[in-house]
Amino acid sequence: MSDTKNFMFLNRRAPYGTIYAWESLEVVLIAAAFEQNVSLMFADDGVYELTKNQDTAGIGMKNFSPTYRTLGDYEVRHMYVDKASLEARGLTADDLVQVEWEDWETEESVDNIVEVVDSERVAELLDESDVVFSF
Amino acid sequence: MKFSIQVNEGPYQHQASDSAYQFTKAALEKGHECFRVFFYHDGVLNGTRLTTPPQDDRNIVNNWTELAEKYDLDLVVCVAAAQRRGIVDDGEAERNGKDATNIAPRFRISGLGQLVEAAIQSDRLVVFGD
Repeated sequence: MSDTKNFMFLNRRAPYGTIYAWESLEVVLIAAAFEQNVSLMFADDGVYELTKNQDTAGIGMKNFSPTYRTLGDYEVRHMYVDKASLEARGLTADDLVQVEWEDWETEESVDNIVEVVDSERVAELLDESDVVFSF
Repeated sequence: MKFSIQVNEGPYQHQASDSAYQFTKAALEKGHECFRVFFYHDGVLNGTRLTTPPQDDRNIVNNWTELAEKYDLDLVVCVAAAQRRGIVDDGEAERNGKDATNIAPRFRISGLGQLVEAAIQSDRLVVFGD
């Protein structure tokens, strides 16, 4: 179990309406314990998972969106957002949460690991991954 | 090649489990290896022995059990997803005070770490679902 692979979690669903987004996040949190290179990709309605100021009071569901902001602490190094999906929904990077990342050993830090990328880069990133978990 | 399979949808409602079964069976018949089949989301509903489809329909749960018997397959149902959806084995019944179990033969309930381990150990993780 010493192998390190590039894990990509491809998130394509809105955060509520189905349980896919929430149960995907549960896998991400577990994967962190296995010391793999974990990245997340948000595309299609999955871009809504990262939107700010989510309020689920009216639908009786747990608001799990704060968990995304903690992913930097779970050694998630990259969170990519498909630009075309964002634009098609009238959203911009300003509508998304920011996620900080810091390496406690080297004190290297990044203010925001959420990065909007174009379709060509999305394809490259998926191609470079050893494992794509699709949710 | 060493495969692992992830099934994300319940039986009958969705073709994912049928396709996963056909793929796994074909891969094994061709001499490939299957490290693990992991059932997640509503996919955990593939693991109840109480399923009773009409007689002229395929029995998806039995298909998995029989394939597992023939090839010594490791069929793992995610514990968190199973608890939400009422898939119970002896250990879970005792832990959560339930009065019955319904896990099908050859299936076992375990954690998400089993999925991550399968992804690390296998050449390919093939995901079935929407």
